Amino acid sequence: MDNTFTLDGKSIPYSEGQTIIQAAIAAGEYIPHLCFNPEFKPHGSCKLCTVKANGRQTASCTQQPQPGMVVESDTKELNDERRVLLQMLFVEGNHFCPSCEKSGNCQLQATAYELEMMSPHFDQFFPDRPVDATHSEYLLDFNRCILCSLCVRASRDVDGKNVFALSGRGIKSHLIVNAKSGNLVDTDFSGDDKAAHVCPVGVIIKKRVGFAIPIGRRTFDEHPISATPHPIVKGA
Amino acid sequence: MDVPVKKLKVATATLAGCFGCHMSFLDIDERLLELIKLVEFDRSPLTDIKHCGPCDIGIIEGGLCNAENVHVLQEFRLNCKTLIAIGACAINGGLPAQRNHLSLPLILEEVYHAQHGLIDGFIPNDPELPLPLDKVYPIHEVVKVDYFIPGCPPSGDAIWKVLTDLLAGREPELGHNLMHYD
Repeated sequence: MDNTFTLDGKSIPYSEGQTIIQAAIAAGEYIPHLCFNPEFKPHGSCKLCTVKANGRQTASCTQQPQPGMVVESDTKELNDERRVLLQMLFVEGNHFCPSCEKSGNCQLQATAYELEMMSPHFDQFFPDRPVDATHSEYLLDFNRCILCSLCVRASRDVDGKNVFALSGRGIKSHLIVNAKSGNLVDTDFSGDDKAAHVCPVGVIIKKRVGFAIPIGRRTFDEHPISATPHPIVKGA
Repeated sequence: MDVPVKKLKVATATLAGCFGCHMSFLDIDERLLELIKLVEFDRSPLTDIKHCGPCDIGIIEGGLCNAENVHVLQEFRLNCKTLIAIGACAINGGLPAQRNHLSLPLILEEVYHAQHGLIDGFIPNDPELPLPLDKVYPIHEVVKVDYFIPGCPPSGDAIWKVLTDLLAGREPELGHNLMHYD
């Protein structure tokens, strides 16, 4: 058999070692995802990219396809489950889009638009997560963190710095920085780091750029995320 | 659109909001004339009617920051067949909910007592004043909400789309261009 599988009925070619989502993206298809970024090793934690492969649910960012595998993604059942995952992410943090500099360039928000999330459905946690504005060029707004670990992977695997890490377990999981004081200014973080530019939401924010591109004219204002699976986000 | 025989009754209210969603509602501009052929307004800032009677559609802007907000919301839910949450504040607490990580006594103390420049400040305690809630709550945490129009505020076009969908008996759908949380 040749190296193809079907995604929602379409034939998708793949090469050895590719995962389902990598092959799908290479073929121009969209599978919703947050913690996956094609530049980094998969983390498999957000579960947004869950598909049914030969009838079984699996994270498409970690699952490799088999010849002739039947993969379902854009189905009501899966999209309903993805929407619930998004709603849980929204209520667990403080995601107030109207006052967020990342609004319109945010993958969490754009994915919620894509999956027609009309409300958070669950009760808000309203957690208390102070902002770290100690660094002169960047601030960390932990209120928006979805624990995707992209900054952790970028800092460790690309920058070789280990500035970021996820600490704690379960509902107490949170992002920390590598400094005794716990402050970004006391790490060797720099704006030139890859880690400064991978946050899919609005945690790692460059200061004094904020609203240079007005709301309404940003990446996902212009195109839905499904039409721009790996966009170069404006001003990021 | 076919004109219904009987006009539908619509009520609107602002709770812990800024009236921005109501302003946005007025941004449907001349389509208001088309709308009033189809609906009549019960309680609303547009009519100044103080209490909501039996209605087909209730539209709530703003979240819940005090006891009076809760009473108004419950009156709407009791009287409205369909209840719509409009705007970020009604949907997730929005800007007023930015106080939620601070304790209420601390906020009252800071605003009415401790702030620089206040002389003989005291926390207002007139029995006429509605009691503030410990936190600002989205409305769906207190009553069942049937539809949500996100946005801060949602555009006039988004509001028009949901209302015309509902009046025509369709399930409301915003689509990419009208769907905004900001």
